[in-house]
Amino acid sequence: MEIKDIEKLAELSKIELTDKEKEGLLKDLDSILGYVKQITEVDVKDTEVVYENRNVWREDEIDPSPDFSHDLIISQFPDSQDGFIKVKKIM
Amino acid sequence: MIDLKNLTIEKAGEAMRKGEYTSVDLTTTYLKNIEEKNKELNAYLEVFSGSLYGEDDCLEQAKRADEIIKSGKAQKMTGIPIAFKDNILIKGRHASAGSKILENYVAPYDAYVIKKLKEEGAVFMGRTNMDEFAMGSSTQTSAYGITRNPNNKEYVPGGSSGGSAVAVAADMALVALGTETCGSVRQPASFCGLVGLKPTYGAVSRSGAIAMGNSLDQISPFGKKVEDVEIVFNAIKGKDKMDVTSLDMPKMNGVKELGKTIGIPWHLFEEPALTRGDEPRRGGGLDTEVMVSFKESVEKLKKAGYEIVDINLPYSKYSLAAYYIIMPAEVSTNLSRFDGVRYGLREEGENISDMYKKTRSVGFGAEARRRIILGAYVLSHGYYDAYYIRAWKVRNAIEQELSEVFKKVDFVLTPTTPTPAFKIGEKMDDPVAMYLCDVFAAPANLAGIPAIAVPSGANSLGLPLSIQFMAPHFKEEDLFKVAKKFEEIR
Repeated sequence: MEIKDIEKLAELSKIELTDKEKEGLLKDLDSILGYVKQITEVDVKDTEVVYENRNVWREDEIDPSPDFSHDLIISQFPDSQDGFIKVKKIM
Repeated sequence: MIDLKNLTIEKAGEAMRKGEYTSVDLTTTYLKNIEEKNKELNAYLEVFSGSLYGEDDCLEQAKRADEIIKSGKAQKMTGIPIAFKDNILIKGRHASAGSKILENYVAPYDAYVIKKLKEEGAVFMGRTNMDEFAMGSSTQTSAYGITRNPNNKEYVPGGSSGGSAVAVAADMALVALGTETCGSVRQPASFCGLVGLKPTYGAVSRSGAIAMGNSLDQISPFGKKVEDVEIVFNAIKGKDKMDVTSLDMPKMNGVKELGKTIGIPWHLFEEPALTRGDEPRRGGGLDTEVMVSFKESVEKLKKAGYEIVDINLPYSKYSLAAYYIIMPAEVSTNLSRFDGVRYGLREEGENISDMYKKTRSVGFGAEARRRIILGAYVLSHGYYDAYYIRAWKVRNAIEQELSEVFKKVDFVLTPTTPTPAFKIGEKMDDPVAMYLCDVFAAPANLAGIPAIAVPSGANSLGLPLSIQFMAPHFKEEDLFKVAKKFEEIR
């Protein structure tokens, strides 16, 4: 791994790092990958990846008395206007 | 004076029903201990005590519980003081997952487990400290300070559910809830001398528990005795429509003779100190006193009539490696919701992308950032097959080999952790050394099988030691039976 890999991953993860943090992470990741790499040598040729995928449906109806508090959700928007969340422009 | 040290849920329940004392008396006694000890131990981040809490004040909750008890409708958890981890939501109260990014977050709904315990009239004492976003094995990465082991305050209590463990171990609550993704309840139970159960995956709803790894997370109870952990588990388990991976425990068919065969994968403890290349890794391997004590425990089980069998689990030695690929992948997804948009910390930026980056860089601690980036790596193009898919195959192989072994044995037994509690500050500069604390915990989390950690003694420094039993999916009842037997004979 190199610093530029760390930078690319940080960009993907929307995290900002100082140069010192990038170096620290590089060292840490090398160490961790050094440990987990043993996975690549395990013989699993006969094993299939097993997921049970099934959908759990409900009716598309609004619950008139939900368990959650609408007010608590809205009151915690970091910035809002007229009950809508406000953020910097997306496009 | 209520004897908290030897108290159990049954004893407390009986005393309250008989009128020897009230839930208010009991809660007050715990509050006194909290006042004396919490400042130094930092088990609780917030105690629900004071008029500011209104009807959530633990004494108000206790008063309501006393009414239920007086009316003769008490259930097992009625009036029982319980602590819970900072990543479990209780409506109207703060939950921060030990992170700055959720510093002032207020939960808009109750976790399913909280809802169930409220129905019984349990008394919620407050939220406990944890490693940030449940990432850690020592409760040292919280944004709100470290938690100390009450057995020796220079030592860690384990993690990530260290606060909940210390609340129980230091008599600041009778029982507590933590969460496990890989050992985060069993390991602090081991370090603090408590019983900790990780249920079968799906036995307890994850709704209202801040997610770390969806395929692994389980809310898990702490207690001083197996019987207490059993009672809490029974109170919180069950299918919840808000968690589609949850299910009801299948009914036991008839009365089955309790199995008496225990399999021990000795080869897993005798692995050489885990290496990086050819370099023996400092800090790997099983502590000598842990091994000696474990062997003594095995002898006691033998004398009690259990058949001890050597077993081989060749894939299980890769459990931790598989975990440290699968979990960061799930973490990088789950933590992407913390972006400053809808709740929690928001740091303004020049544009939206800048806002996300600043918020997440200020809000997340080092370990969280480490795991998010590791997760992004293993999921990225070019590495997805080599790491992530392969780790899942290894995970399935581990689950299958455990299934196979359970055809021959009823339980698998190992030490809970390779070492007892370590000193505060140790392992902080070596992430892998810290991860290795959970090397014996990992197989159960990956396979989704239940596991229970039980105190087994203490080392020469007086630090607790622990063993863990694992059983097939849904066999919690068997685990409780064998663990109770061990409590009698240890």
